[in-house]
Amino acid sequence: MSKDFNMVLAGFGGQGILFAGKVIAYGGLNDGKEISWLPSYGPEMRGGTANCSVCISDKTIGSPLVVTPDVLVALNLPSFEKFIDTVKPGGTVIVDSFLINKKVERDDVNAFYVPATKLAEENGIKGLANIILVGKLFKETGFCSEEALYKAVEKCIPARKANMLEFNKKALEIGMNS
Amino acid sequence: MSERFLMKGNEALAEAAIRAGCKHFFGYPITPQTELAAYMSKRMPKIGGTYLQAESELAAANMVLGASAAGVRAMTSSSSPGISLKTEAISYMAGSDVPALIINVQRGGPGLGGIQPSQADYWQATKATGHGDFQILVFAPATVQEMVDLVSDAFDMADKYRMPAMILADGMLGQMMEPVEFKEEGEKVLPEKPWAACGHHNQRKHNVVNSLYLTPQALESLVKERFERYEKIKATEQRASEYLVDDADIVLVAFGASARVAHSAVDMAREQGIKAGLIRPITLWPFPTDCLKKAAQTAKGFLSVEMNMGQMVDDVKLAINCSKPVDFFGRTGGVIPTPQEILDRIIKFGGEL
Repeated sequence: MSKDFNMVLAGFGGQGILFAGKVIAYGGLNDGKEISWLPSYGPEMRGGTANCSVCISDKTIGSPLVVTPDVLVALNLPSFEKFIDTVKPGGTVIVDSFLINKKVERDDVNAFYVPATKLAEENGIKGLANIILVGKLFKETGFCSEEALYKAVEKCIPARKANMLEFNKKALEIGMNS
Repeated sequence: MSERFLMKGNEALAEAAIRAGCKHFFGYPITPQTELAAYMSKRMPKIGGTYLQAESELAAANMVLGASAAGVRAMTSSSSPGISLKTEAISYMAGSDVPALIINVQRGGPGLGGIQPSQADYWQATKATGHGDFQILVFAPATVQEMVDLVSDAFDMADKYRMPAMILADGMLGQMMEPVEFKEEGEKVLPEKPWAACGHHNQRKHNVVNSLYLTPQALESLVKERFERYEKIKATEQRASEYLVDDADIVLVAFGASARVAHSAVDMAREQGIKAGLIRPITLWPFPTDCLKKAAQTAKGFLSVEMNMGQMVDDVKLAINCSKPVDFFGRTGGVIPTPQEILDRIIKFGGEL
């Protein structure tokens, strides 16, 4: 039996937080897990902070709202500051260090720093910092199988945006190698 | 088995309604329900159905009344403040013995309230969805899959008993994504409606669908006939799901979104050796009294967990005839309780028993 994952992904509206959460959720689903995905909704999404909760489990999922995550992916400073103290001891924190000029002060979590927004720009895939961080999260936690992850990206990209598929796969690889 | 894929609750409700043979949707946008109407606006034209965004909630609900009176499967959806506006037409539907589906993706109230998830329309749904002597069928799904399954059942039962049915969801269930599976059933065959006021080329006596009865005795006997039907529904259509109830000292009672959190709290309590269980009403009207009565024979106490100020508590007390203590824990205004908060209450309540 593999372990459960309760994640919070957070950043500004427009950074692809909800999309990244959907890719992660499909990764779990493709491995035959129970999953839930719950977005924040309402006025805060318009230019403010956006976040979503994703649960991956072998068992029925109770509350889909993650209050004490074992994974936090933070793409801006307000989100980082809002959620960093909620992470469970022993949990994993993935930080876009290009946008968040701060280190994790706690010593009971595993923190990883990836300048994802900068890496995306340098590699000609501007706007895909979110997927780079999903790649990093996969490398550090193995929340699903590699095959399930690539299938998830294929599932989440609609046919009319098929040209984005290669860019997303490239973003995953950059994240995995960072 | 067909493929499981991720769908938002609101979109799953819409797709399920279409598959249940609903080709007439009348709505008006409101958060956190809007994806349902948006989905209908995309799909209905493609299947030869009607999607109509009315000028107001009141108009949308009256269009449902008209369409249902003409014998087609029709529905509307909204969120709390919008449902209040629709209650006039819902009362007319009940008074005209017309089936229909109304979906309420609840948000915090009263008034404009907020837009975050809530269950504060329990009283409205189960006691007074408009003026007059009547009930409507009320279903409370707790997962996206159950929303899909209950839409079809709600339509069928509304037709069977000729009365409006409601799916009482909330912003959490509407907005979240979970895996869903649609059973491949092909084109749904809908029941004949010989009472419908539709075209008949003078081949039969004309039908009248109406809720106005000026003779008190006539209205009284009609209302009494309707209440006999309600008694039959109460005797045969109660639904609830039970989790670890058999040996439970403390039985939590929760529906919809709060039942999910309560389920987690029960697991946490069991890990600590506290014998907790959960009864989750799936029909809120008829309320699953039989299931609660049975549990009252062995349980020491009941804890109603809701996302409101305790609107279901009296129904729990009545169901068990006040034979055991009934406690309440809830958050309101759009706040979702945490499993830990509920566990704390279980421990406190357990200490008082």
